[in-house]
Amino acid sequence: MGEKALSIKNLRKIYDNKFEALKGIDLDIEQGDFFALLGPNGAGKSTTIGIITSLVNKTSGQVKIHGVDIDDDFSKAKTFVGVVPQEFNMNWFEKVEDIILVQAGYYGIPLSEAKPRCEKLLKQLDLWDKRNDQARMLSGGMKRRLMIARAMIHNPKLLILDEPTAGVDIELRRSMWEFIKKLNKEEEITIILTTHYLEEAEELCKNIAIINKGEIVENTSMKKLLKKLETQSVTLDVKDELDNLPVIKDFEISLVDSTTIQVLLKKGQSLNALIKGLDKLKIEVDSMRNTSNRLEELFLDITKSDKTKNDMGGETR
Amino acid sequence: MNISNTIVGVRTLARKQIKRINRIWAQTLLPSAITLSLYFVIFGSLIGPRIGDMGGFDYMAFIVPGLIMMAIITNSYSNVSSAFFGEKFGKSIEELLVSPMPTWAVILGYVIGGLYRGLLVGLIVTLVSLFFSNLEFYNLFVVISTILLTSVAFSLAGLLNGIYAKKFDDVTIVPTFVLTPLTYLGGVFYSISLLPPFWQAVSQLNPILYMVNLFRYGFLGVSDINIYFAFAMLFVFIAVFYGLCHRLLDKGYGMRS
Repeated sequence: MGEKALSIKNLRKIYDNKFEALKGIDLDIEQGDFFALLGPNGAGKSTTIGIITSLVNKTSGQVKIHGVDIDDDFSKAKTFVGVVPQEFNMNWFEKVEDIILVQAGYYGIPLSEAKPRCEKLLKQLDLWDKRNDQARMLSGGMKRRLMIARAMIHNPKLLILDEPTAGVDIELRRSMWEFIKKLNKEEEITIILTTHYLEEAEELCKNIAIINKGEIVENTSMKKLLKKLETQSVTLDVKDELDNLPVIKDFEISLVDSTTIQVLLKKGQSLNALIKGLDKLKIEVDSMRNTSNRLEELFLDITKSDKTKNDMGGETR
Repeated sequence: MNISNTIVGVRTLARKQIKRINRIWAQTLLPSAITLSLYFVIFGSLIGPRIGDMGGFDYMAFIVPGLIMMAIITNSYSNVSSAFFGEKFGKSIEELLVSPMPTWAVILGYVIGGLYRGLLVGLIVTLVSLFFSNLEFYNLFVVISTILLTSVAFSLAGLLNGIYAKKFDDVTIVPTFVLTPLTYLGGVFYSISLLPPFWQAVSQLNPILYMVNLFRYGFLGVSDINIYFAFAMLFVFIAVFYGLCHRLLDKGYGMRS
């Protein structure tokens, strides 16, 4: 395995008001990964991203981006990183195209190279028709896409997306997901994503870290994390109206309405067994979905149990 | 970032500043031309003849270099302070902070913006002054070098103001309560030889005095200050302002938490 896309060792941040935002976190992200960094508000996600992108000064610890220690050569390390921040941070009076070309210039890319790349990005993100509009004239979703184009103009190896789909409608969110997935798969760009939409993390990310109160409380693959679920609830729409609540051995089933049932699947119980059971009862299933987001349930469990441990004075990782 | 990439970065930042100045020319170029024209009319044409000679020269000829210098100083200063603070306020300064551009290149980009506006307004005011006075050069090298060095010094001072500013008031307080009084007391309208010895000594603490006198020397060949000393002071101001800007930007003062 080559060098890590990001390697963080014992990273601490204490703000001037003495608030300890990061309590010595360790994090390694492999090249090509699609990594979710989740946590409740104020957990330390934005501080971590701020340190990686030089917008926050660290108190202590080590950060290496593609093997380059930010303390040794931050200028070089920055060339590997593109960032889409949570808040809009562009000059509202500049034209869309100018915003991207200026950013290219700051990375030392001459206009002759930047212009075709800018055109390609704006077309991919469906902003080409808006290239001569001032940024203030764009909708919220367009501004988000503009920030993605700006972050991509210097071909970063590591793209950090800090809540990129906040305030974006569902249709647009899906198209942004496709774009980001393509970047990860086809251009092999490592992506770090923070989001409040946990289904977004579940849909997109391979690995995940959960940060809470300045500490990493979980750092694993998405699959392994989801396997930790003790129970999950699925909702099934059935073809014909049900007269009675179906009974299948070991399954906890409740009736939502005459054509909808909810099943609580315990760890180890398979969907196949459920479907077979329903089949035996001559109940045909039309569609099936998770009643609530699985990751959301886990996330709440993890952050809640961490809180409980803290409240009880217990050890936290 | 190698040197050719860095040059691209500086050129980009400078072009951005220049575009901004040109885009809002009614705010950046016009006011000084109007204000200084009024100075020429009121102090030069109306009051000047009643004052008589100053330092052996017609009063209008005496004040023209000082007024041009005043335009260069205020415009270089306010361009950089407002441009930098505007970017900081709107958070678009983060575009620069996350980029690999070295600190010296960022400073240079802003200073070029200040130079552009300072020199352009200086040129406009000089052209306006030709309607009121015949300008003759005593030493063109002194004129050009003083313009450039003064514009650089006050662009750096403006950048310092922009870095320290936390709200819009902060970028207007310094020009109003510090820069304008220093300019008026810097020998634009009078020779400090008219002042009592104590106030002459106090005046020598005013950096603008050196610039105005150097500039006047370039046109008229007279100065209240030794011109070599004045040049040395200009270099000292530039070095001090640059050092402070570099240190504060490196630390990300007011921008990085």
